Parts: sequence; structure tokens; C-alpha cells
Amino acid sequence: MSANAHHHDNDFLFKYIFSTDHKMIAKQFFLTGSIMGLVGMLMSTIFRLQLGYPGESFPILEAFMSNWAPDGVLSPDKYLALVTIHGTIMVFFLLTAGLSGTFSNLLIPLQLGARDMASGFMNMLSYWFFFLSSCVMIASLFVEGGPASGGWTIYPPLSALPEAIPGSGMGMTLWIISMALFIVSSLLGSLNYIVTVFNLRTKGMTMTRMPLTIWAFLITAVLGVLSFPVLFSAVLLLFFDRSFGTSFYLSDIFIGGQALEVEGGSPILYEHLFWFLGHPEVYIILLPALGITSEVVATNSRKPIFGYRAMIGSILAIAFISFLVWGHHMFITGMNPFLGAVFTFTTLLVAIPSAVKVFNYLTTLWKGNIRFTPAMLFAIGLVSTFITGGLTGIILGDSALDINVHDTYFVVGHFHIVMGLSGTFGMISGIYHWFPKLFGKMLNKNLGYLHFWTTMVASYGVFFPMHFLGLAGVPRRYYANTEFPMFENLYDLNELVTVFAIIGAAAQLFFLYNVFYSIFFGPKAPQNPWRSTTLEWTTPVEHLHGNWPGEIPEVHRWAYDYSKPGAKEDFIPQTVPLAPGEIDESKEGIPIPGEHH
Amino acid sequence: MLELLILIAVLVGIIAVGKVIRVMELASSLKGENSWQATDRDHKNQARLMPIFLLAYFAFIIWQIVEWGGEALPVSASEHGVVIDQLMDTTWIIIIPVFIVTHILLFYFAWKYAYNSKRKATYFAHNNKLELLWTAVPALVLLILILYGLNIWNNVMEPLTAEDEPVEIELYARQFDWTARYPGADKKFGDAGVRFIEGVNFLGMDSTDQDGWDDKYVKAEFYLPVDTPVQFYFRAQDVIHSAYMPHFRAQMNCVPGMVTRFNFKPTKTTAEMKEITGKEDFEYYLLCNKICGAAHYNMKMVIKVVEQDEYDTWLSEQKEFLAVEGMQEEPSSDDPVETDSTQTNIEEEELSAQL
Repeated sequence: MSANAHHHDNDFLFKYIFSTDHKMIAKQFFLTGSIMGLVGMLMSTIFRLQLGYPGESFPILEAFMSNWAPDGVLSPDKYLALVTIHGTIMVFFLLTAGLSGTFSNLLIPLQLGARDMASGFMNMLSYWFFFLSSCVMIASLFVEGGPASGGWTIYPPLSALPEAIPGSGMGMTLWIISMALFIVSSLLGSLNYIVTVFNLRTKGMTMTRMPLTIWAFLITAVLGVLSFPVLFSAVLLLFFDRSFGTSFYLSDIFIGGQALEVEGGSPILYEHLFWFLGHPEVYIILLPALGITSEVVATNSRKPIFGYRAMIGSILAIAFISFLVWGHHMFITGMNPFLGAVFTFTTLLVAIPSAVKVFNYLTTLWKGNIRFTPAMLFAIGLVSTFITGGLTGIILGDSALDINVHDTYFVVGHFHIVMGLSGTFGMISGIYHWFPKLFGKMLNKNLGYLHFWTTMVASYGVFFPMHFLGLAGVPRRYYANTEFPMFENLYDLNELVTVFAIIGAAAQLFFLYNVFYSIFFGPKAPQNPWRSTTLEWTTPVEHLHGNWPGEIPEVHRWAYDYSKPGAKEDFIPQTVPLAPGEIDESKEGIPIPGEHH
Repeated sequence: MLELLILIAVLVGIIAVGKVIRVMELASSLKGENSWQATDRDHKNQARLMPIFLLAYFAFIIWQIVEWGGEALPVSASEHGVVIDQLMDTTWIIIIPVFIVTHILLFYFAWKYAYNSKRKATYFAHNNKLELLWTAVPALVLLILILYGLNIWNNVMEPLTAEDEPVEIELYARQFDWTARYPGADKKFGDAGVRFIEGVNFLGMDSTDQDGWDDKYVKAEFYLPVDTPVQFYFRAQDVIHSAYMPHFRAQMNCVPGMVTRFNFKPTKTTAEMKEITGKEDFEYYLLCNKICGAAHYNMKMVIKVVEQDEYDTWLSEQKEFLAVEGMQEEPSSDDPVETDSTQTNIEEEELSAQL
């Protein structure tokens, strides 16, 4: 009796907590990442209140945040703390771990025809390091002096010296510990994804038959493996400077009434190390979102993704170039102007593969048969934000133009649209599309429509006006714009942004509600709700360890045979053998050197 | 109490939405539909929203331009800034049409090719010529922009030489104020470093260096003569700051442990700019544009651009370093002449090197 009960306990423990099943781990990443995302969003709403209504008292803030907002007004220190943790959470916890963690885990084995990840145990570790990392980051909000407050880029000396800002005490130490755990999590996950993609593809799943989602996840993982260790070294050296009296980043500093015994270091070194991760990080966020969108757009246009090989090529090109552009964050740091010129050149090159992607999306929609599922709407939204935000990147990437818009709201608008919105839209699109695979239930479409349109309108309402702030010269990370007469006509613009931010945040309640309601009470998912070609829709709706009850299906064609002439249905699953004389589309398109037809 | 009310309101709201969903689900299941599959009506409605959204988006942008376009920085007050603004305009001329055309295509296709069960999508998977087209055209356009931009960048970042006879100014940043230092009559900055900071000598001037005795420093506002090139040197005492002078299209970080540089030639006096902008209280500002702590948002200096004679008069009225009260005392005896690693004997190193 007791033995049975014990066994049952273990079942629960190993099914839901210490699971090594990639589908469960995907759900764990999704839930943890989403909760972190909500925290990050809430923070942005709070500091937007201060920016929209500077100095005005909101008793509710004092009620919930006590000494962070004395008399209901957020304090300048805590404003910076919120900005910092908002950025950290959104970039790393939501759009890196939340996005890749959810979809790489869910889709890599399912779309490739693998029973699980190469190492289920490492995968589990990856999640739990992420969980620990999230806990430490949240805990840092409650320590003396508050959390890290030097901006999400935590440039030293501000982040290195507790005298510089209260958040650079215990809060910063916890930030570093949290990021170290996060990097371990990311590396364990990424190595696993790479090994799985290279080794565990089912029979017939050649590289050019893989869905673009997998290509995107694969290259994202490679980016992570190559760049996160550099961030690790950056924060490790910072840790040394903070705790052991080294001066890697410090030199000639007088603070807190005395000259410090630090000599010979340079903050610029930190900036180089940080942005060597920091820029590929942008694509660690974007590529999975673009991969998801490729899949969603093709499926719902009932057309093959246009230029499959060009899409792969552009992913590879973007990934490669992303390692050569980090200096565009540093044009005006005092870096040698010649280096600035080199980085301008490489940076603007990114626009070429990005343009290829956009035109390929547009051509995919052309003469399609477009089904407006909520996932498809968010995918269309992503194409729009990717264009809008990408184009202003041409201004920021040009060093001569960057001089005057660097670190202004123009930058804030740009990266929130191109990275924040695109990443989030891609992730949400993926949730709507693969919810049946995650939870075996369907999401409500009407709430989805409502969610999309409110989010879309609010997003542009928040981020587009920021370009005008930037062109007026308003710097980012200002607690208020009230100290400069030159900004006095922009108060109503800030208020407008804040109003849209609140609407946008409230709109996410539709999504939240839809997700939780549907997990428990949603209609059961059918086998293949979107009439899709890929392998994940051949697995049973109820999760099954090992994914397929019998043999793993064999793959005979690429993932994009939608509306193929001569076929009865408007889609042909990858498992259907090629008809005699039928062209294998995975071998068409741009030729690869050395490839045999 | 307030929290409780909010909590109740949220809960009631959630329950209400849940009931509405339930009703919608029941209604659709009565019609033989389900709550997740887009119906013909959905496709029609969503397709209609596409052009509506596009128009609303464009209208929103136009409204913003009308409302706040005028708040953009006025015409550049520096020589190189005019060139930068031309590059900016050229870039806008390239990206705005791309923005408009791609958005029209995106939302037009979405509206035009909305789902219809009687129609089949066109199977169109590859076309290498098209791919080549939209690889080559952006590449060409970007190449032009890159060459144009780099040409300007190289000119802007070109250091001044002694032949330009620049006014030299050191901007010194610390939490949370700015100080401008002028080299005085000998046109040489005295050495300075954080080791020398003591009492009123917050700039860390080495009082044994005679070059510094006639240096002048000012806070709150500093003057520039119009139509004379200005060579700036930037130092920071504690954390990274950034000297941002948006009206002159000028910005450079101030980094502890190193001296950074930027130069420009102001072309419009403050008085002229008041006329151009029509604002009586117009001032040029130096802002801090790198997060540096709690009062970062209020770290500023007013820049007055004036005619040469007014500048000369103003400068002559400023006290010399040695005349400032408290500066005459002996330097601390423990390290009287120890040289500091970041002495700012800039004028010798830099200018003579370029001659």
C-alpha cells in the first residue's frame, strides 16, 4: 500500500518536476518564461507611469512597493532599478530562455522525428538552472540597496562600485550570479539542440528537408554556444573587480570621497566583451521568432515558403555577420574611429539578408489562400514590426548618424520594435500555433483576435512615438524629461506612450486568460488542426514519452508541399512518399556546391 | 483597502470574461462551428481589418509628424552637423518609400488573398532570379549609403591640428555635474589626475604643474566663440558619462581612465538660434547621455555660443586656477610630483604629433 503510494509520488515528481521529457520541459520553460515576462511587463508599466506623469503621486505604487515609491512617486534610484531588471528579464528570461527554451525543446524532437533530446538529463538540468537563475534574479529585488540599477548592459564602473549607485551592492552580485546560472542553462540547452539536430533526425530527414523552424533553432543554438561564454567571462572579470580588488575594467577613479587603488583597466574592454554576446543575442531572439513565423506563414498561406534555401542562406548570413558588428554599440565610446568605420560597413550588410527574408515572406503571401488564425495574425504583425524596426536600424548602424541619436529614445523605439515586438510576436504566434502540441487543447480564436488587434495597436502606440522623442534629442534612461526646457513640448507625447503601454499590458490579460482557461477547459485538440505537413502533427495528442507509439515515421519530402498541383488535399505530409515522377522540392532552388541531384 | 478593491475588481472581471467565452463557445457549437477554427466569416472580417489597420497606421504616423515633427532638433548649429543632417535626409528618402511599399504589399496581399475554400493557393516555391534581384538591389543601395556615410564619419572624426587654431576645452564629468576647463593664456592644460583631488581641487589639478596655474574652469554654463573650431577633451572622474550636445550633432563618452575627443565648429550663436526657433528662452545644452546614477536625468550645462569679442570678454572675467580660493596651498606632501597615468597634457601629445 505504502509502497504504491510512494511510487505514485515519484510518478508525479518525475512527470512534472524532474521530467526529462522534452515536451514537459518545453512547458516548464513556457510557464517560467511567461511569468518572468509578466513581471518585466509590469515593471515597464510602473516606470512608464513616472515617465508619462513625472512626479505625480500614485498611492497604489506606495501600497505595493512601499519605500520604492515614497508618497506614491517612484524614486530615481528605483526607476533605474526597474529599467535595468525590465531589460534583463525581457532580453534574457522571456525572449531567450522563454522563446528558445519553449520551442526548441518542443519542436526539435517532434519535427525531426526523434524520441527525445540527445540528453534528456542535460535538458532537465538546463531548465533547472534557468529556474534557479530566475529565482535569484527575482530575489535580487528584495535585497538591501535594491537590484542591479546600472542598465541591463551593466557597464562598469557604475556596476562595479557600490558607491556609484545603491543597486551595485548585493543586488549586482545577485545579478551576476543569476546570469552565470542562466549562461550554464543556455549552454546545456544549446549543446543539446545542436547534437539532436545533427544526430537524431529520422530516416529521410535530410538537412534540406528540415522545416525552417529547426534551421532557426539550430543556428540560434550555435550563436548561443559561441557568444554566451564571452558574456560569462565578462561578468566573471566584473565579479573579480567587485570582490577581489582586480582592475580589469577600472582605472583612475575617484568616488565616495577617495581615489581608488585601481590602475590600468578599461571599461571599454567590458563593452567589447559584453557586446560580443550582446549583438548575437539580438539574433538569438530574432531567429527563432523568424523561424516560427516562416512555418506559420507557409502553413496558413497554404503555400510553400518562398525561397526555402534563400531563407536558410539568410539565416546563415545573419548569424555570421552578427558576430562582426558588435562595435556599432560603441561608435562614440572613444573607440578608434577607423574601427567605427569597419563596424558601420559590417552592420549595414545585415540589412541584405534581412531584406531577402522580408521579400520572401511577402512573396509567400502573394497568391496564397490565407487563413487568419491568431497565429497567422501575429506572424503578419511580426513581418510589419521587422520592417518598421529594421529600417531605422539603417540609421543607427551608420556611425555618422549614430552620433546624434545614440542612446536616445530613437534607439529605444528601434530595438523595442525590431527585437522586442518581433521576438514577442513570434513567440505568441508560436504559442497559438503549437498550443495543441503543448497542452493538447485549443485556444479560443475570438480572444486571440481581440488579443492580436489590441496588442498590435498598443505596440505601435507605445514604440513609434519614441522615434520623435529621439529626434528631439531625449536621452534614454532619464527619470524625467522635466529638467530641460527643450523637452517641455513633449510631455503629452510621453503621456500618450504611457496610456498605450497600459492598454498593451492590459491586452495581455486576454492572452493570459485564454491560455489558462484553455489548459483546463479548452476543447480537445484534433490530430492535425492546421492541416500541416510537418511531423509533430503525426504524434498522439496525449503526450507520450518517446513521442510515437510505434515506429518513428520516415520522411520522403520537404516540409512545404502546400497546394501542390495534382494533389487532392491542399497539403501533403512529409511522411507521404513522392509519387513517381514527382519533383523532390528539397533539392530545388539555389544550388549548393558539391550537391548531387 | 484599495488593494482589496482592485483584487475584487480583477477577479470579477476574470469571471465575467470567462462567462462570455463560455457563451460564445456554446453559441458557436450550436451553429456547428468550434471555438478555434477560423470560419469564412472570420476570414472575411480579419481580411477587412488589414487595409483598415494599414490606413490607421499610416494616419497615426502622419499625425505624429504633424504633432511632433516640429519638436525635432532645429537646424544644426555646427558645420559638420549640416552634413550629417543631409545624410539623415537621404537615408529617410531611401527608407520611407521602402517602408510604405512593403507595408502596402504586406497588408494588400493579406486582404486580397484571404482564405476561400473554393480557391487553391498558387504553388510557387523558388525563383532564383527574384532572390538575386532582392539581394542585389538592397546590396547596391546599402553600398551607396555605406560609402556616403563613411566619408562623412571620417571627416567628422578627423582630429583638429594646431593649424586650425582651435579653442580647446576639457569637459570633466562626475556624478552629477559637468565642469568645463579652458587652458588659459598659455594655451596649455595643466596636468590633472584623480590622485590630486583634494578639497576644492575637485578637478584633480596638479598644482606643481605651472601650465595649469592659469587654467580656468567654469560650471553651470560655458561659452564658445562662433565660427571657430572647438577641440573637446573629455574626462570622467567616477563612472562613464556621455557628453551629448544634440544641437551640434555631437556626442562622445567620458570614460574613467582615458581621455576621449570630439571637435566641431559652431556656426550659430545662441542669439541667432533664438530667432531661428522663435523661442525666447532657447539655450544650447550639454546633457549626460550615459546612465550614471540617480540624478543622471539632471546632469547638464548650458552652452552659450557668442561672437568672438563677447567670448574674449567672458573668458577674461573667469578666475585663473591659482586665484581660486584654497588652491594656493601646498600639494599633499606624500606624493608631490608622482606622475599619474592619465595626465592630460593633451596639447603637447596630440597637437604636436599631428604637426
